[in-house]
Amino acid sequence: MSKKSSPTAEGRSDPGTGKPDLAGAPANAALSADQKVGLYRLMVRIRRFEERSLRAYQAKKIGGFLHLYIGQEAVAVGCCSLMGKDDHVITAYRDHGHAIAVGMELNPLMAELYGKITGCSKGKGGSMHFFDPSRNYWGGHGIVGGQVPLGVGLAYGLKYKGLKGACMTFMGDGAVNQGAVHEAYNLAALWDLPVIFVIENNGYSMGTSQARSSAGELARRAEGYGMAWGVCDGHDICEVRAFMAPFLEKARSECKPAVVEIRTYRYRGHSVADPDNTYRAKAEIEEYRKTKDPIQVFQNLLLGEKVLDEATVEKIDSEARAEADVAADFAEASPFPTAADLQKDVYWESDNPSQRTSGGRLFFN
Amino acid sequence: MPVLQYREAIRQALAEELTRDPNVVVLGEEVAQFHGAYKVTEGLLEKFGPKRIVDTPISEAGFVGMGIGASMLGVRPVIELMFWSFYSVAFDQILNNAANVRYMSGGQINCPIVIRGPANGGTNVGATHSHTTENVLAHHPGVKVVVPSTPYDAKGLLKSAIRDNDPVFFLENTMLYGDKGEVPADDYLVPLGKADVKREGTDLTIVSYGRAAIQSLAAANLLQQEHNISVEVVDLRSIRPLDIDTVLASVRKTHRLLVVEEQKPFCGVGAQIAYMVQSEAFDELDGPIARLCTIDAPAIYSPPVEAEQLPNPQRILRAVIEALD
Repeated sequence: MSKKSSPTAEGRSDPGTGKPDLAGAPANAALSADQKVGLYRLMVRIRRFEERSLRAYQAKKIGGFLHLYIGQEAVAVGCCSLMGKDDHVITAYRDHGHAIAVGMELNPLMAELYGKITGCSKGKGGSMHFFDPSRNYWGGHGIVGGQVPLGVGLAYGLKYKGLKGACMTFMGDGAVNQGAVHEAYNLAALWDLPVIFVIENNGYSMGTSQARSSAGELARRAEGYGMAWGVCDGHDICEVRAFMAPFLEKARSECKPAVVEIRTYRYRGHSVADPDNTYRAKAEIEEYRKTKDPIQVFQNLLLGEKVLDEATVEKIDSEARAEADVAADFAEASPFPTAADLQKDVYWESDNPSQRTSGGRLFFN
Repeated sequence: MPVLQYREAIRQALAEELTRDPNVVVLGEEVAQFHGAYKVTEGLLEKFGPKRIVDTPISEAGFVGMGIGASMLGVRPVIELMFWSFYSVAFDQILNNAANVRYMSGGQINCPIVIRGPANGGTNVGATHSHTTENVLAHHPGVKVVVPSTPYDAKGLLKSAIRDNDPVFFLENTMLYGDKGEVPADDYLVPLGKADVKREGTDLTIVSYGRAAIQSLAAANLLQQEHNISVEVVDLRSIRPLDIDTVLASVRKTHRLLVVEEQKPFCGVGAQIAYMVQSEAFDELDGPIARLCTIDAPAIYSPPVEAEQLPNPQRILRAVIEALD
């Protein structure tokens, strides 16, 4: 399998032999010790938040689906840590990690899971529909591949307005076979839109492995559209950052789209409702956890660099656990929306009655 | 007052809004170089250039979704569907993303997009190209649905739609594109959600919209001349929001109601109107609410039979006489 690491449309970039100097890559060399600890802390906060949410789910505090990101943290944190002020993010339903990675607070996220009015979407979206446009975070979308044309639209909007930003449009490996994704690829390449399509390949589209669902190499499909593409491993945040930075820069400065595949792994089932005992071996999960856990890998690196010590690791972890507990307490104590809230946030006009220009009824019974 | 075709009135609305607001952009299949499959956008590329008037590939899910994403960032796309029948290949974008994103984000995101194009039968293009989608669209809270019948309404409603901060679906009619009517040259708006009494009468109210309203007016004239029956015709213009008050006022005056729509009967707009009228004005009715729809089968190709499948003045005339019987 060819492994490409720099954004060229011709598909000739040097696959390299052996491990490149990730720490020396410009995106990583520029990081201060504090920034490295900040990235580490983000990954830990994502994991502890999700573990806490899983306990809340098992205690029946959370309804519907809960798609956990545990094991994939280096992807969202690595990518989102490269965002500038005009860069944007949109993703699918496994969206907790990205929300925390762009800087959303844990309280409104946990409250959203609990279906409370203090949630980031006022309890109207749930786990799959976290949004924070003030942080350039556009969801959180439930239909596989359905967010991908929206990501192209965000990129189109950036270019239309003359802003030097890019939109990272995340999807899972199961999304690549949806028609809307291919339509989005074509438009992005046809019109040179600043979008990076990020395939987070965790190996399984629900319970169907990549080998059983997708022909060929996932990112290589970009070649059919004349787009740059590349593949990297997603368990090492340094690799993710070093790999993504040039693609992002090319999108921002030259409006060049790309398709990238970041290989990662999820430890939990597709959702909490997936007993995860039919389509993969427990040993496979254990092997990944032992050798490639993204938090452990980064922790080892930072311990080696003396950026972290054992006491700080312990402190970060206990603070993250406490923060997740506080978020759960906040969610628990918050009120649910009421029936009167059902018909708010449906129309801009009905939420802004003094500025309404239309007549007639908007709601029916 | 200038007399314009329905298509020219729409074009004028687009040109005025493109001039007024630099965030307005027109996208769709063949809208630019080809001048529009139905010539609605003729001349706009030459006037506004390729950044504002954009030809898209045949890729409805892609470019409709792209327009929705751009609208979240404050662009105001006016997307042309060559036929509203093609909404089915962009259904997820239109009715999951555009309709729901405000709600699912707790009101944080607006989607000020207009999707416009024809939605009608009568042109012998068979079942795949003849869908009337207003009932399906209006079923979804979060969206607005407009169906203009005259050049005046088309221009004023489209300008309102483009300025609206909610997603507006604007359903035109290929059979009306060549119809002419008076259209002021100045900047006027027709608000969404305001029905229009297109003809006053005393014996029976027809509630209709789109081309069926034009057919109803023709039937009303025949009924007056040939049967001395006085029919009032209420043109809804907007399906959601819905101006039921104008309908109820007319029913209180005539005490008889016939709904005429170019829709299949099952779960059509007429079913909603009939429910609301019986619920809110039951005692005003002197007889059962009558309904005339497209005959309940996929759109037939055979030209003379398709004309009979749709509402037409003769079918409407018979339905009025039956309702008054």
